[in-house]
Amino acid sequence: MAKILKKNKVSTKGTKKTLNKNTGTEKTPEKSSSAKRRERKRKTVGKLKGTLKTTKKSPIEKLDLDNVDEDELLNEGEEIIPSEDEGGSDDDRKHQKLLEAISALGGKKKRRLAERSEATIQISEFSVDAKGEGEKINLSDLIQTIAKTPAVSAQTKSHLKKLKLEEKTVDSPLTKPETERIQRNVAFQKSSEEVSRWQSIVKQNLKAEQLVFPLNQEAPGPKPLEQVVCGWKARTPLEQEIFRLLSVNKQPINDPVLTPIEEESLKAMSLEDAKIRRAELQKARALQSYYEAKARRERSIKSKKYHKVQNKAKRKEFVKKFDEMLKSDPVSALEELQKLELGRMKERMSLKHQNSGKWAKSKAIMAKYDDGARKAMQQQLEVNKDLTQKLATTLSDEEGEDDGETSEPDMLPDFVNEVEPGQDPANPWMRGQLSKDPVDLTEPSVPETAAAVLISEDEEEGPEETEEEGLLRGFAERRKQRQEQEAENEAAKNQDMEVMTEENKAGAEKAVASHDAADADIADDDEEEEEELSKFTNLFQELKDSRMEAEASAMVAEVSEPECAQLQQAMFRIKSLEDMDLLDQEEQADPAEPNAEAPQPAPLESKGADKKRKRKRGIDLAEVLTKEATVINVPLAPTAVEGAEGAAHGQEEQRDVIKEAFAGDDVISDFLKDKRREEEAGRPKVVDLTLPGWGEWGGQGLQPSKKKRRRFRLKTAPPPPRKDGGLASVIISEKRDSSVSMHQVGALPHPFLLPEQFEVTMRAPVGATWNTRQAVKKITMPKIVTKVGAIIQPMSRDDLLKHSRKQEEEGTAGEPKKRKAPQRKRSQKRHKKTKN
Amino acid sequence: MNATKLERVLAKPFLASLDGHRDAVNCMAKHSTSLSTLLSGACDGEVNTHTITICFIIAYCIDFYEKEFTPFYYVCEDPSLHLLDIFGGKLSTFNPKVKVWNLTKHNCVRTIQAHEGFVRGMVVRFCGTSFYSIGDDKTIKQWNMEAPGYGVEEEPINTILGKTVFTGLDHHQKNGTFATCGQTVDIWDEQRSTPIRSFSWGVESFSSVRFNPVETELLASCASDRSIVLYDMRESMPLKKVIMTMRSNTLSWNPMEAFYFTCANEDYNLYTYDMRYLEKPVTVHMDHVSAVLDVDYSPTGREFVSASFDKSIRIFPKENRNSREVYHTKRMQHVVCVKWSADNKYVMSGSDEMNIRLWKANAAEKLGVLSHREKLAANYNQKLKEKFQYHPKVKRIARHRHLPKHIFTEAKEHTVMREARRRKESNVRKHSKPGAVPMLSEREKHVVAVVK
Repeated sequence: MAKILKKNKVSTKGTKKTLNKNTGTEKTPEKSSSAKRRERKRKTVGKLKGTLKTTKKSPIEKLDLDNVDEDELLNEGEEIIPSEDEGGSDDDRKHQKLLEAISALGGKKKRRLAERSEATIQISEFSVDAKGEGEKINLSDLIQTIAKTPAVSAQTKSHLKKLKLEEKTVDSPLTKPETERIQRNVAFQKSSEEVSRWQSIVKQNLKAEQLVFPLNQEAPGPKPLEQVVCGWKARTPLEQEIFRLLSVNKQPINDPVLTPIEEESLKAMSLEDAKIRRAELQKARALQSYYEAKARRERSIKSKKYHKVQNKAKRKEFVKKFDEMLKSDPVSALEELQKLELGRMKERMSLKHQNSGKWAKSKAIMAKYDDGARKAMQQQLEVNKDLTQKLATTLSDEEGEDDGETSEPDMLPDFVNEVEPGQDPANPWMRGQLSKDPVDLTEPSVPETAAAVLISEDEEEGPEETEEEGLLRGFAERRKQRQEQEAENEAAKNQDMEVMTEENKAGAEKAVASHDAADADIADDDEEEEEELSKFTNLFQELKDSRMEAEASAMVAEVSEPECAQLQQAMFRIKSLEDMDLLDQEEQADPAEPNAEAPQPAPLESKGADKKRKRKRGIDLAEVLTKEATVINVPLAPTAVEGAEGAAHGQEEQRDVIKEAFAGDDVISDFLKDKRREEEAGRPKVVDLTLPGWGEWGGQGLQPSKKKRRRFRLKTAPPPPRKDGGLASVIISEKRDSSVSMHQVGALPHPFLLPEQFEVTMRAPVGATWNTRQAVKKITMPKIVTKVGAIIQPMSRDDLLKHSRKQEEEGTAGEPKKRKAPQRKRSQKRHKKTKN
Repeated sequence: MNATKLERVLAKPFLASLDGHRDAVNCMAKHSTSLSTLLSGACDGEVNTHTITICFIIAYCIDFYEKEFTPFYYVCEDPSLHLLDIFGGKLSTFNPKVKVWNLTKHNCVRTIQAHEGFVRGMVVRFCGTSFYSIGDDKTIKQWNMEAPGYGVEEEPINTILGKTVFTGLDHHQKNGTFATCGQTVDIWDEQRSTPIRSFSWGVESFSSVRFNPVETELLASCASDRSIVLYDMRESMPLKKVIMTMRSNTLSWNPMEAFYFTCANEDYNLYTYDMRYLEKPVTVHMDHVSAVLDVDYSPTGREFVSASFDKSIRIFPKENRNSREVYHTKRMQHVVCVKWSADNKYVMSGSDEMNIRLWKANAAEKLGVLSHREKLAANYNQKLKEKFQYHPKVKRIARHRHLPKHIFTEAKEHTVMREARRRKESNVRKHSKPGAVPMLSEREKHVVAVVK
């Protein structure tokens, strides 16, 4: 056996002998290790396929192999022939080897990789190998042993069995760069969040009017005594002795100087807080007394006009407020409206404006002689009419609908002809269709009560009205022409009707106008009132619309219905003739409007019928008392026809109305005019420097001589041609003066948004000459103040904590503070005391 | 107008020059608790000797009660004797001048031979009792702040020998940890001789590392691959990095606004970044005409000072694109390092010609204690200047600075170049498909990529 081995070796080495003479003999135990190594290397590198295989290798060999080209090693396998001198005496081993060698000679070359046996720091991934590399390990292989070992619990066994059944592979782990990226991302998110905590404090510091560095300084001023005491410790023997005695006698040593309650109260209100509070109270008191004084003063003013103006202002404000409320809170607006209505009703019920009072009677006597008294009377009457008539119209409608007595079926309802309370005799817009002279109308009889007073004013009012009427007539005529052009055949009849109705209305209005015959200022007042009222009507309209919609979609609860009814009622009452006019032209979109106005509320009103009946009765009485209105009945048909046809018409008419309204606006010609004016202004002007009477006789009727005039009239040189000379639609202003602009700020600086802002800041003086000392101090306060010789530390986490705490406090400051409440009371008391 | 003129008339920023070094000043460090102490490290240009000194210089001492600023300066005999041994023959030119320095009240209190080769960085421990220095000899040395007694040799408290050269150093604001950079960014515990953590992210080397003074666990470093890398000391990975068109030399965190830092770049600009949004800088500060070498924030966090290779230092308001001030002298060479004093009053610059210069942070400010009326007047004038600053004539006066010829001409040249580049770009845009050449703002131009 040994022979074979030797032979083998000889044969292998024989090939090398030519290369290496030193290793001539087969057995050379004294061969140097380096030589051996070299030899082995050569063997492996020379792709010598050995017949013998090693199972065990020395570490040195292994290292050597590592040094050799690793790829080749892997390819060739590690076939190394051990030298004889290593354990040559061991027969068993040799036998084993021999057997292996024989088996290796036989057939397939089984690759077997060597086991790692040493620990190195540098592990190459290529040289890592394991014994059973090629084989796959299954779960079942591992489990087999478990089944045999008794220590493993049944539970785990069952778990493993389940796992075996599932046979799912776990996802392969992410690659290293990917995991790292994820880790980095997470870490970055975290740290950027952390850093973001500083955002608010940074912002605050940027906005701060003044920053005093170093930032976190303790507040100056004396510390509370208690703190000082607590901080102090007995050090000297004498002190210690004293303290010992005190403690033995149970004397309070560290007794707080303040009781807990006192401390609490101290905490509750700092000095600053108290100061602020006091200032607030002072201000409030001052304001209160000021307002009281004002109210007293106002009350003592006797001027009626003043109060009137005041009331008007109030009313205006109320309207504005109501407008807003309608948008924001319609329910409360409705309530407000009802209140208003109630007030009105009350006023109507009272005999306040009936001219039956003492004052009215005295005025009636004085009216003959005194213009003012007459006016006052007039006013009173106006108010009375307003109060009474409005309702009367609607109610009469209702009656008309309800009873069917007052009017014939094909006649217009009374209200068309009746005086509308909102209507204003002085307002030309209200009488747009009054253009035609009343044809078939008898002059309405003047109301008895007012007649005597009003006649004279009637005459005064006359020419004014006719002027306005003339203007309006023009409008009406134009409109008529348009209509004729538009629809010659169809509209002809229609138009006639319209004219008819217009005429009718005109007649009625005329009557009203003459019979009202309000003097100038009353008319003015009324005009304004009218505006307000129209606003109201709009509001009502909106409200009504929304209401109607709601009703249409789903029946609103019954409770709301009376409200609704009232609302509508109010609306109709306030609806005036002006609306009626508009209805003729515009409101054809809902054609039923003029007619439906009355019928609509009827069913609704039927619910709250009793009340209204009562009211009606009262009002009828009032009407009887105050005035007699002429009732003119007009055929109903024309309006009905118009309503049926109108929808298509409506929009056109609307457009026409708008055109009419902007008839005077010609933008292009305006622009051209402007441009011409600019050019004119830029043209050189002749400067006349002649002084009359200078160097010759002067006086009335004497002109300076021609010669002189020629001499002293200076003509300036013509300016360079305008830049916009050739451009028709552009005006280029060339007013910029370069000599001045050198000193002007060219562009708006950064923080400012408007030039005005900048100008205001530039205008505001800074110096002490124009400002109070405090103001100057505040204005010139530097943004950053540093203490001399103090080291400014970077911001620390404590600052952040403080800041967040402060913010929290500010956040809760809005809510009532329980803690501070008693203190405030106390301070108030104190203030009272001081006041006394 | 008058206030502005007066300001220009009174603007005399240069206070003193501290000359004790035998080679270019390479780094400086502020004392953390004492205003009047400044540390500076220098490099010896001669290659064969490689001897470096660290000078402890009491830069200035302000006696506030005397209402006067009285800087003083002299070199101690003892360290100079020590230097004698090292330099031998060279000192012959040195010796006679020692006494002259003695007369003036400037004072170099201590000189240490700390490293072989450049002193790359220095930092004072937060408590102010000791300081660290690193050098080209691959060592980190910790020194006691107090000078040893007479005749006792200077010896470091602690020396750590590293594997590679360290190029930057910074100390934690509150803990006993510090960071160095070189091949990697290392976090060291003061008690250990090996770094507790070391970060690397595929870059060759780093030039500087800085701790965030506010959010104290964060760091940022400038790497030689043109990137700025952010770290968190508690994490094992770097956080993020932004790669710019050119390399940043140093950076400085804003001490009052935790997320802002400004880096001094080789492309003559400084960039202020918000660390949360690295995609583009918040502001690009451009005025220098050569590479910017160092930057330091004022302790109020409102301004910063930058040192440049163009032999000038500039002061920028942190949100402005242009500088508000430029300091230069005839003899000042490339400025390598710059610091803003902790009381917000002074600026120190160390330059290649071996001097450290002391400047006022506000050129026209009157030093010393002001009377009440003086204060009021100063405030009033300041307000007036602010108010009328937009008027062209006032603006012209306020903006005017005399510049050395080379800076002036180079600045001009740069404007021409910039204009040409802009024109070319617009031409290219005109003649290419719409959208092919995107409009990039100045801020976007300089960032190449953000690596997550």
